[in-house]
Amino acid sequence: MRGIRVIPYLLIAPAVLFLLVLFVVPLVQTMALAFQSDGGWNFGNFSRMANDINFNDAVTDTFEIVVIAVPLQLALALGMAMMLRHVQRGRDIVLWIWSIPLGISDLAAGLVWLAILNDRGFLNSLLFRVGLISSPQSYLTYETPIALLAAIVIAELWRATAIVLVIIVAGVQLVPKEYAEAADVFGATPWQRFIRITLPLLKPSIQTALILRTVLAFEMFAMVLSLGGRNFPVLVSEAFNWEYAQQDYGVAAAYAVVVMLVSLAATLVYLGALRSPPDAR
Amino acid sequence: MRKTLFLSGIGVLCAWTLVPLYLIALGAVGGSALVDSWPKPFWPTSLSMRTLIDFMHIDGVWSATLSSVEAAVLCMAFSILLGVPAGYALARFRFHGGTAFRLMILLTRAFPVAILALPLTVGFIRLGLYDTALGVSLIHTALALPFAVLVSASLFQAVPREFEEAAWVFGCSRLRAFRHVVLPLVLPGIAATSIFAFVISWNEVFAASVLTVRHKTLTAYLLSVLSESPLQVQFAGGFVLIIPSVLFIFLVRKHLFAMWGIANR
Repeated sequence: MRGIRVIPYLLIAPAVLFLLVLFVVPLVQTMALAFQSDGGWNFGNFSRMANDINFNDAVTDTFEIVVIAVPLQLALALGMAMMLRHVQRGRDIVLWIWSIPLGISDLAAGLVWLAILNDRGFLNSLLFRVGLISSPQSYLTYETPIALLAAIVIAELWRATAIVLVIIVAGVQLVPKEYAEAADVFGATPWQRFIRITLPLLKPSIQTALILRTVLAFEMFAMVLSLGGRNFPVLVSEAFNWEYAQQDYGVAAAYAVVVMLVSLAATLVYLGALRSPPDAR
Repeated sequence: MRKTLFLSGIGVLCAWTLVPLYLIALGAVGGSALVDSWPKPFWPTSLSMRTLIDFMHIDGVWSATLSSVEAAVLCMAFSILLGVPAGYALARFRFHGGTAFRLMILLTRAFPVAILALPLTVGFIRLGLYDTALGVSLIHTALALPFAVLVSASLFQAVPREFEEAAWVFGCSRLRAFRHVVLPLVLPGIAATSIFAFVISWNEVFAASVLTVRHKTLTAYLLSVLSESPLQVQFAGGFVLIIPSVLFIFLVRKHLFAMWGIANR
């Protein structure tokens, strides 16, 4: 029997070792990098980060995207999942089409929307043809911050609603149909049924989707760079810039630590706010 | 009336997903005249691979594409080789530290890739992994592995334990029972998982950019030339990035829900 006891440890050992070396070690190293400057342990990197002219913009922009895009994505995905329940023919193809953006990177999505939203892009071509504008308009410059934010939110909605949708649809499939039928028997309206029955039962899926989506939204940067260049700094694009262009690893690490703390905080908030008793899962 | 409204809602949402894809494809294969034209036509004036071929001939693009494929294939292999055994352990054994291991795997989601990639530059230079597809694939495996572990755990859980036990009764060794009874049942799911690992690596930008200089992956290459390259190069690049993603989502569509729905709870 001794042999059997060892088996699970042998099976997880490679994965554990790998994650120790390529997850835990770099994590600790980044934190060490962030808190070291001028040969000592201090907050030097953090104060340099906070004093940089882009820092405030990066914080505001990052939170604006997350706070606007994530709730919209959840609402849209819930709506789509509810619609899907009533699709009889062609459900698979509709679902496939709606999940396509799941495989598209934020860089590629940024380039797609750049093709649509650039000065001489498809949106302006359409507006010109129907006579709404007479010459190319710019949306992605420093002078049009609201349009730029809207463009990024739209691109985020296009790209990342799919992942929320897939998690929600998987959750919907686990909800027994009888619950909805019982609600019907008692004369609940579709809206009451959605609010009182479906939504509470979907809580674990909604929690998962929100955690995943929020963490990924905090990480998004290539889309911002491809659409707005450096006109719209976010935390990770600043980390990238300090590492890549300025070669200042300390400040880059400080940014990474901030992103990590914000992601962890969001995860804890969701875990607390959407807690469900263990037997309800 | 309600039915029409409902169907047009579905149609609008499908168009919302598909039209942007159509437009970038149009930008990439609609002929090079299209890029400079104003206002742009909404259907191709001529179909031409010119823009795409020109794009592939730009110095560095072809080798970047190869690097991307190499890193993604390695990431796929590592994730499966390391992740499937761990998933099997989680599904079939109750052992000390099993819960802690699962928790650690779940927790990895809360950490941004930026925090992993930054310090690896120095270590990778020392080990000769810096600026190689192998090095990039290692960090991508750190992202894809937790996913592979959780998904394969749920795949194995779906196979009744009795199947395996019956095989043992008939004198199969553990390994033989696994190979001939369990593996065939989970293989499609594992294939889907490996495709996902490929896509995770293919799409990743931050780590790939930070850990390469001359041997960039396609995403890293496109990001580095973003501000200086003409628009048609960017559209062609975006299009090339998207093709495998769309294909892969098509291939794994049956497994999407098993993978995301169950593994992520």
